[in-house]
Formats: sequence, structure tokens, C-alpha cells
Amino acid sequence: MNFAPDTSIDIASAVNRATAPSAEPKLKVEKLNFYYGDNHALKNINFTIPEKRVTAMIGPSGCGKSTLLRVFNRMYQLYPGQRAEGKIHFDGGDLLSKNLDSTVIRSRIGMVFQKPTPFPMSIYDNIAFGVKLHESLSKSQMDERVEWCLRKAAIWEETKDRLHTSALGMSGGQQQRLCIARTIAVRPEVILLDEPTSALDPISTSKIEDLIDELKQEFTIVIVTHNMQQAARCADITSFFYLGELIEVGPSNEIFTNPREARTRDYITGRFG
Amino acid sequence: MASLARRRTTDYVVKAISTGFAALSLVLLAWILWTLLSRGLPALGPHVFTKITAPPGAGGGLLNAIVGSLIQIGVALIVGTPIGLMCGTFLAENGRGTQVANVVRFVNDVLLSAPSILIGLFVYQLLVVPFGGFSGWAGSAALAILVIPVVVRTTEDMLNLVPIGLREAAFALGAPQWKVVTFITWRAARAGIVTGILLALARAAGETAPLLFTSLGNNGWSLNMSAPMASLPIAIYQYAASPFEDWVALAWAGALIITVGVLTLNVLSRLVLAKMK
Repeated sequence: MNFAPDTSIDIASAVNRATAPSAEPKLKVEKLNFYYGDNHALKNINFTIPEKRVTAMIGPSGCGKSTLLRVFNRMYQLYPGQRAEGKIHFDGGDLLSKNLDSTVIRSRIGMVFQKPTPFPMSIYDNIAFGVKLHESLSKSQMDERVEWCLRKAAIWEETKDRLHTSALGMSGGQQQRLCIARTIAVRPEVILLDEPTSALDPISTSKIEDLIDELKQEFTIVIVTHNMQQAARCADITSFFYLGELIEVGPSNEIFTNPREARTRDYITGRFG
Repeated sequence: MASLARRRTTDYVVKAISTGFAALSLVLLAWILWTLLSRGLPALGPHVFTKITAPPGAGGGLLNAIVGSLIQIGVALIVGTPIGLMCGTFLAENGRGTQVANVVRFVNDVLLSAPSILIGLFVYQLLVVPFGGFSGWAGSAALAILVIPVVVRTTEDMLNLVPIGLREAAFALGAPQWKVVTFITWRAARAGIVTGILLALARAAGETAPLLFTSLGNNGWSLNMSAPMASLPIAIYQYAASPFEDWVALAWAGALIITVGVLTLNVLSRLVLAKMK
């Protein structure tokens, strides 16, 4: 039984990423507890998400990482019986405060899901739907916005000649990039990615990972992933969750080469999970 | 190997039984359609659509019954569809999992299986007795009460088939609930919802019992909704059991018109929806 780090992880790139100058905190989680009814799913989480960085959350299924992601855009509020206690500082206010409108928060903190979820409408309308919720643009402004976000999501070349055809006819990887484009189109500050590549093939996965690297120039990114190589490749910061607790957080290269906690080491070396 | 042979035999037997019963139900359907066509087609002619009902031997048609049915079903759909649609939406979206929704769903199921003659009597007490007479409005009201539970049920079922992920994706863009419902879930479920409305239409088109005590029927020409109004099912009911050959023929023609009308609508809507996809 040895604890040698997984050599398939690209350590060099992780080190480069983590040596970038430190960033301002974008989201600051303070003493967060979360409950599904009586089930205490997140226990006293204190966690800072830096601005314009990629922060990965890893951990075995049921550890609470997706739960935390769904607290960030208040998705949990759709379900009675789910509740969060504590504070999440965001732009001088508390994200969990009842005074803040969920629709406004969700326009500033966007989310992309595990399975691609194209709406049953054209590619163009998939994007226009979200934009129209928050802005009223002229036809030409909307055309520009659609092109802008499709270019950002690296899918413009594949879609420019079929913008008005149904989005349901695209491949899974294209659909997922459309969902990312749709999220970007609303111009959020934070993008939450919930296992965005777990339903995709390796080529689509690598396209989305390249995309994440591009997007962090402008957006703060939080990604939940089961793929540790992905966390090592994409994330500046990696956090490890286990049984509802945040066990360890640090620059990705440290987490993957020299974790402080035995539980983190056991998980990344595949001893449990 | 013996067990494999037995499995194959079992498989064969089960397949044979299910195929046989499927064929039986098809045969029954074909039989009905055949009877309808063989009796109804010879009775069809321009007079059916151009002349109103008349005494036996006077060469009457079904024009007033056809128009009366169209009007009453139309009004019933205009009234019943929005109510059913919104109620089904409440059950699947806003009220999902609440006690109120469970009660509403139960009551709706009761209404769905209520005998249609009971609905006719209810409307008789509610709209015919107090207003002093049979009327097209009362007939439409009775048909609307038949339409509502069918639309509620299919709307809820169809909306429940829309994946939660699609709703969450729309919420995640910052959409308020009413926009998620109108632009995303209704849209995703529209084929099923339209099918439900057509099912309701088909049911309303063929019902006689709720019209007996409400719109009564009318042997003259009348577009007045406040007066008794003719309808195809009532005309069929009156004519089919009569001793006059030309009336019986007209009854078959009427039955054929209802069947072909509902069938055509069904096929057309399916084609339109398939194209929209």
C-alpha cells in the first residue's frame, strides 16, 4: 500500500496554474449547514471561491459537493424541505438572504448540468430565451449576443448555418456546449458546472475542458467532478468533500501531490470512493 | 438443455397468447368500422349535409344536428380546455406533492369516471330548471364538464413526463416559474397535451346522455344557444331505434360522420405535431 501520487495527472500544468497571483474572493461560505428534511447533508462548511479561477469540488457520491453547488444559485429553494443555514457572502450581501430575488441571483450565478438540457426549440431561441428574461435587446443586438456566446463556447462554426433548426438534433457534446453558451449569454459572474462532462465522450470532454480554461479569463468557475484527472487539469483550486464535510482545500497541485489529510490521500489514490 | 427448450416453449406460448388477443381487439375494431362503413356510406349523400331533419319520408338530412354538435362541442372545448389545462398544470407544477393537489387529483379522477348521464342530470338541475328550459348553453356546459377531467388528467401526466432537469435548466437561467411553465414545460409536452384535448373532444362528440336533459335536441333549424339545440348523438339516438328506413339510414350516416370527423382530427393533429418537431 503506497501513497505515491497518481502519475497520470498532469502535474506541471497544475503547478503553473496555481502559481498565478492570488485572487479576490468571489463567494465566501461561512458556517453553512444544509438539510434535506432531517438529513444533515452539509456540516459547517467554511469555504472561499476565488474570482476568475477554476475551483473544483471532488469527493465520493453523496459527499455534498453537488448540494453545495446547488446552494450557490439557490436551486435548492425549488424544493420544500431543503434548507440552508449560514451565510454566503456575495458582492457585499448574503446570498441566502430572503431579500435577494432568486431569479436575479441565478442570472448572476449560472449553472450547467450533468446531462445536456437543450430546450425543445431552435438553437437561436435556446439562447434568446435566457437573454430575454433579463434584457430587452433589438433583433440585431440579439443576433450579436447569440454569435458572441456561441463563439465563446467554441461552437459557432458548427452552428452558424443551422441556428434556426431544433437544438434537439445536435450531438450530446454539442448540446452541452450550447448549454454553456446559453449560460454565458446571460453574462453571469459565476458559472457552476455540475459534472458537465460525465455524459460525454473523451473528445467532447476535452473540448469542454479547453473551454473552461478560456472562460476563466472572464468568469469565476466552480466545477463538481468525479474525474480527478479533470480536476487536476482544469482547476486552480481543488476541494475535497467527504460525508458532508469539507476535508481539505488548496491549490490543485498540492492536493494531488501532497495532501495534508489522510482521507484526501486515500481518495485520490483510489483507496475508497 | 431441457430447461432451454421449456423456456422457448413458454416464450412461444406467451407470444402466441398476446398476439392472439391483440389480433382479437383489432378484429373487433375492424368489424365495427366495417359495419359503420357498409351501412353509413350508402346513406351518405349531399342531402345529409344540406337539409335539416324532417319527418320520415320527407327527404330530410342532418344539417341542423351537425351544426348543433359543432357549436356545442366548440363552446365546451373553449370553456373546458383552459380550465383543464390550468388545473393539470397546477397539479404537475405548482401543487406537486401538496395535500391540495392530492385532493384535486382524487376529485378529478372521480369526475373522470362519473357516468355521463349523472353529469347531464347535474346540469339539468343547475342550468335547465332554474332558467326555465332546455338550451344549447346547458348542453355545452354538460360537455365541458366531460372535457375538463380528461384534459386535467392528460395534461398532468404529460407534464410529469418532462424531465425535472429541463425545468431546473430554465430556472438556472433566472426564469420565474410562469415562464418556465409556459415556454419550457408546456412546449416540451405540447404533443401530449394536444392529444389529450383531442381525446376529450372525441369523448364529447360521441356522448348522448349528457345532452338528453340539457340541449334536448331540435328538429328545426336553430342557432340560438338559449333554445333547445340539435346534435348528432341525439339525432342518432332518435333515428336508430325508429321503424323508418330513411331515419335508420340517416342514423348510420350520422355515426359515420362523427367517427370520420374525430379520426381525421386525430390524424391531422398528429401530422401537424410531427412536422413541428
